[in-house]
Amino acid sequence: MRFPHRHLLGIEGLSPAQINTILDLADTYVDQNRSPNKKSDVLRGKTVVNLFFENSTRTRTSFELAAKRLGGDAINMSVDGSSVKKGETLLDTATTLNAMHLDVLVVRHPESGAVKLLADKVNCAVISGGDGAHEHPTQALLDALTIRRNKGRLDGLTVTICGDILHSRVARSNIQLLNIMGARVRVVAPPTLLPRAIGELSVEVHHDMATGLKDADIVMMLRLQLERMQGQFVPSGREYYRFFGLDYEKLAAAKPDALIMHPGPMNRGVEIDSLVADDIHRSVILQQVELGVAVRMACLDLLTQHGRNDPA
Amino acid sequence: MATHARTAILNARLLDPDSRLDQRGSLLIDGGKIADHGPGLFRDGVPEGIEVIDADGACVAPGLVDLRAQVGEPGHEDNETLKTASQAAAAGGVTALACLPDTDPVIDDVAGLEFIARRAREVKLVKVFAYAGITRDLNGRELTEMGLLAEAGAVGFTDGGKAVADALVMQRALAYASIWGRPILQHPQEPRLATGAMNSGEIATRLGLSGIPAVAEVIMLERDLRLVEATGGRYHAADISTAESVAVIRAAKRKGLKITCDTAPPYFTLTERDVGDYRTFFKLSPPLRTEEDRQAIVEGLADGTIDCITSDHLPWNQDAKRVPFAQAAFGSVGLETLLPLTLDLVHKGHMSLLDALAAVTVKPAAVLGLNLGRLRTGAAADLVIFDAERPWRVDAEALHSKSKNSCFDKHPVQGRVLRTLVDGRTVFTLAA
Repeated sequence: MRFPHRHLLGIEGLSPAQINTILDLADTYVDQNRSPNKKSDVLRGKTVVNLFFENSTRTRTSFELAAKRLGGDAINMSVDGSSVKKGETLLDTATTLNAMHLDVLVVRHPESGAVKLLADKVNCAVISGGDGAHEHPTQALLDALTIRRNKGRLDGLTVTICGDILHSRVARSNIQLLNIMGARVRVVAPPTLLPRAIGELSVEVHHDMATGLKDADIVMMLRLQLERMQGQFVPSGREYYRFFGLDYEKLAAAKPDALIMHPGPMNRGVEIDSLVADDIHRSVILQQVELGVAVRMACLDLLTQHGRNDPA
Repeated sequence: MATHARTAILNARLLDPDSRLDQRGSLLIDGGKIADHGPGLFRDGVPEGIEVIDADGACVAPGLVDLRAQVGEPGHEDNETLKTASQAAAAGGVTALACLPDTDPVIDDVAGLEFIARRAREVKLVKVFAYAGITRDLNGRELTEMGLLAEAGAVGFTDGGKAVADALVMQRALAYASIWGRPILQHPQEPRLATGAMNSGEIATRLGLSGIPAVAEVIMLERDLRLVEATGGRYHAADISTAESVAVIRAAKRKGLKITCDTAPPYFTLTERDVGDYRTFFKLSPPLRTEEDRQAIVEGLADGTIDCITSDHLPWNQDAKRVPFAQAAFGSVGLETLLPLTLDLVHKGHMSLLDALAAVTVKPAAVLGLNLGRLRTGAAADLVIFDAERPWRVDAEALHSKSKNSCFDKHPVQGRVLRTLVDGRTVFTLAA
């Protein structure tokens, strides 16, 4: 199947079939990544630039690795947020990049919508590596692949997303994807960490882990930034941990075989107890990292197919 | 099995505002609880082994539940101690009170709540509950650990005499507190507008005192009501003092907003005129208002717009009041005058006896989610026996409170507490 989109800026707008296409292809790359010869030449001659306006270690490394495993040339450009002055400079960046004849641009930006702004101006494929509190599509796709490989399906599962929904692009992308694929989505957070209209995004809203986790198949924990638990959104880390941190006691409400996920990096002892995070029978947090590379390979592959299949 | 102390109260006018009971009869206390009551009880005499209290026709009602009182501890023991405040409460027929967190140190953590609970156990007179701050150090910026505080027994959250001025902080406080089922109490005063010493108006102008305008209250109140609408939080407006506030709350309740509010006796009894010649005992926060405001407060109580009447007990030693008016502390003691001044509304025909009692018993208990303030079988025997008619004159020097700063000193009142019981135990008896 041809992938009809030029960019991957979000989960919104993808069909179930398109999501399955990405996940199916990613499955094959999982095998490639586990084989002795990890490298192929799908992206030979292609240039992938990671343009990160925000700090990132795992997402940037994951994209870089994905491009290199496919035989492409990957370059990292980190732009210090303070040296970039809003829209005009971002568009200047776009014209500069156009002059370099890139094939894929992976962009992360602290402002929602900034990746779209850039994508409208560059003449290569753009993959969002996360924009503000809007979307982080490859994270949702790797989460979906992790669930699918462990549970065999997405539809009909109950997925509970816990934590800082308000600031989370991971939550928004996952809510989109899981709804598209027919899962039931719940969110659990104190009201101060929930957008007001979250209930209108086809999710069940809970403020209590006991009800939110009841019979859940999947428990997705989100990171709570330190600066948000000092009396602003949440009174303190210890209060947050007591009521919203995932420990075995709260996890007992979920199904006995419920999987625990976290996009990383974790705040141990704040949103998740160390024992739970490291439980090899329940936690698939490291699998998420592994599958992230495969999912990003699939995305790079699909978004460059157009150029490859056309006569030169 | 331990034998419970049993007490019979005979010849009583039994009053329960919750069930609208108003009936002659007797009441039996067993093991600290109301075991039975009614007109037929003890018709054939009281069995042996039961202590008998002859009410001699006096009213027996649920003990008063006071929404807001300063008990001086920790840190202001020169003004009041938990013991003297409890004695004042008992003398006033108040069997349960909720103390405010603007102490020194402030009550904004679990240790503070545990301190109050321990002191209340030691004093063991009336039931003492505690609020915790909405914000740390009552600084108006960072939320307290409301979940942990609620688990430790905080009955609600308030920054006491300080209003939470920052709209974002208030919005988050309302949202966050809602999941713990505890109310947010706000003393609604826009702090930038409330820097004066008494009500803005002709008298303040004549006295040369800076004024606190009525709008300082209604601005904060209206803002808060918008935030309540946005968050669905539980909100209680403390110390309503102006006609406009009453109108705003009446309209909000009509719209279906689930809010509650209270006022205190000074605001339906006194006016700014009582400040007279710089009388600092009449310096209150909010300030005493105009006669029109006072009448509106009475109407608000009469039609149920104002839910509760609180003592607003705020003890100050002489030094805090024997200073120029602008420098004097805000506040008056109130625990021992709460019931007679509430009964004044009944004597003047503004409220029925049961409605007036509801405002100081079952309604404040409901605000705090406490199963108190009811006279019914099975309930705690927290009772006040009072003569609703007996006239007397308040004498500040005779008050049990450590501080004597009553704005009702020498005020003639009608209605006297004769005896107060907490869990069936007599904690106050009026000297003959």
